[in-house]
Amino acid sequence: MTGNVVVVGGGTAGMEAAGQMAKAGIHVTLIEKEKETGGHIKEWHHLFPDRRNSREVVEYLRDQIKNDNITLLTGTNLTGFARKGHGFIVSTVHGKELKADAILLATGFDLFRSERKEEYGYGIYDNVITSADLEAMFRKREVRLKNGEEPGRIGIIHCVGSRDEKAGNLYCSKLCCVTAVKQAIELREHLSSSNVFCFYMDMRMGGALYEELYRDAQETYSVNFIRGKVSEVGVNINNKLVIKAEDTLAGRPLRMELDMIVLMAGMEMSREGLRLANGVLKTGENRFFTPADHHFGSNKGNIKGVFYAGTCTAPMNITETISHARSAAMEIIDYLQAIKR
Amino acid sequence: MGNEGKKRIWSEYQKEIADDHFFYVRSCIRQSFFPGSEQFFLNFMRNELGKDVFENPSHTTCTGIGYHGDIVPFATIMTVVARHFALMKEAGYRNIAISCVTSFGIYTEIIETWKHYPSELEKTREYLYKATGREFEIPENMAHTSDIIYKFRNEIASKAKNRLVNQQTGEPLKVVEHIGCHYSKMFPKYGVGGAEFPHVLSGMIEAWGGDVVDYPERRHCCGFGFRQYLVQANRGYSISNTAKKFNSMKPFKPDLVITNCPGCNMFMDKWQYTIKEMDGTTFGINGESIPVLTYEEVAGLVMGYNPWDLGLQFHMVQSEPLLRKMGIEFDPRDKFKTLDGRQMPVPANLINV
Repeated sequence: MTGNVVVVGGGTAGMEAAGQMAKAGIHVTLIEKEKETGGHIKEWHHLFPDRRNSREVVEYLRDQIKNDNITLLTGTNLTGFARKGHGFIVSTVHGKELKADAILLATGFDLFRSERKEEYGYGIYDNVITSADLEAMFRKREVRLKNGEEPGRIGIIHCVGSRDEKAGNLYCSKLCCVTAVKQAIELREHLSSSNVFCFYMDMRMGGALYEELYRDAQETYSVNFIRGKVSEVGVNINNKLVIKAEDTLAGRPLRMELDMIVLMAGMEMSREGLRLANGVLKTGENRFFTPADHHFGSNKGNIKGVFYAGTCTAPMNITETISHARSAAMEIIDYLQAIKR
Repeated sequence: MGNEGKKRIWSEYQKEIADDHFFYVRSCIRQSFFPGSEQFFLNFMRNELGKDVFENPSHTTCTGIGYHGDIVPFATIMTVVARHFALMKEAGYRNIAISCVTSFGIYTEIIETWKHYPSELEKTREYLYKATGREFEIPENMAHTSDIIYKFRNEIASKAKNRLVNQQTGEPLKVVEHIGCHYSKMFPKYGVGGAEFPHVLSGMIEAWGGDVVDYPERRHCCGFGFRQYLVQANRGYSISNTAKKFNSMKPFKPDLVITNCPGCNMFMDKWQYTIKEMDGTTFGINGESIPVLTYEEVAGLVMGYNPWDLGLQFHMVQSEPLLRKMGIEFDPRDKFKTLDGRQMPVPANLINV
């Protein structure tokens, strides 16, 4: 099998797809805008549902791209791409022009900027953090308040920037519920005397072993799940966070003092993906790339020779992302065989 | 970290505020309850800054109180507001300066309605024309008077004779700001700094030397809530909301509350008196109540106006503790005298004196 493919994005999807195509003999140029590959997952501590150390996944992916058929360009941004003959010319900001028979966009997602939900005070109140901030604390094995003390009462707010018309995101980010459950369990493990309260709209536990994890959180770890959204966060004279919420099962408004709040930031189409879409590649109301066919062509773009993999098309977990990347590799191999005929 | 986060939010909600040539519209209640406020605004704008501020005596209530009390239909209030815009057009002005947060909320709600439902705009044009023969244009620039004072807050600071600093301790005064629900909660883009961490009053407090108090019920209603008060049977609800707010701020020991809205000022001021009468509860230090002033009254104090010329004595909670902290000299004998020196009756049971 011969051919040149440019893969944009050195996260889970891009690395997996690059590895699979390289194994098939295709020459791949893998472009990553950051200094190193790995994407979001390299910042994470443990993964759901089995609490695998995310480093194992990063190592697996880095092994995948150790292949002579792969040229890795890190710290590189694209300026764009243009059709040339049956293929493309892909231009980088460093002035390189790469010939490609096909392009695979694996530009991933950006975490929702939680400061946009102004009512939660992220960036204003010291002890309001995001799920990503908490993972960084887990990695350091140190979950602490700004003043260095251990938090006793911790609130986890689901759906931050997801299923939220005001934030412009009507879709469900799909991973936040199970992330909240996983993090709640880990908080209870790190801080055995802590009380953890999850504020949710619905518990969407649709993945393998998610429901079991949710049950475990309640039965073994005594995590409290309160169905209702938090409407606002403030601080009192003791610098405790004060929240207002509604317990919709009890049918009562609720007010609570907490030491720490963790915001389950949702997933949004990455700014880089949007830039590359540039009005040419179709994006949906949710701003993610729209595949040519949701059932039979989830890796194909609206331009012949442009393919998608991973969370640039929709929120996905790691398992789904790897599967999607593998199917992208197969689609591209089919495509290259077809154009060679 | 906190202030950086707030600055980022403020940077996203910086509205354009006109610099000059304002068509000024009055409030229903503030001239009666704290008349010095409007006097300061007009004097400051016209005489200190040399700006053109035009008033038309044919301007009426916006009917906002009736609208929120469910007795004025939306079509009616849209036509009343359209008439105000017609007066503005006839006078040759494009910038409107609104001196009441209720009205400001009404104007923003109506303009947004017209934007999203152009048929409502056309209907309103027809109603106004049939009723009065007038035609109108939507203002090019719409500012609340506090937006304008915010715009010129540094000019006020540069002329400051008194700062929001406790002269005995040298510490900044602790100031609660209350922007009023209808200023930006409905449409954050119309408010300076948005709705969650608004900057319109906190910007003045910072510029004039004070510290802004953030407390859990900062966003809570003043207690007015229109139907909460206008329906007599609901007044217990009104006062309980005010009590909730003051109980929440009390541990921070505020020296002063600054309000944006005439209605909020009235309720946060007068309900403190009522609560004290009911069960003896006060919310300031040493058994005092907390003075509740408008941003213009505070601007006047900062610029060295005589507190009695500013009409501070018309509030239920008297301001003497604040004046002493700021080191402002005043003569208690002049407090209830007319401009030509005649003694007026002195109200009984003044609090904070």
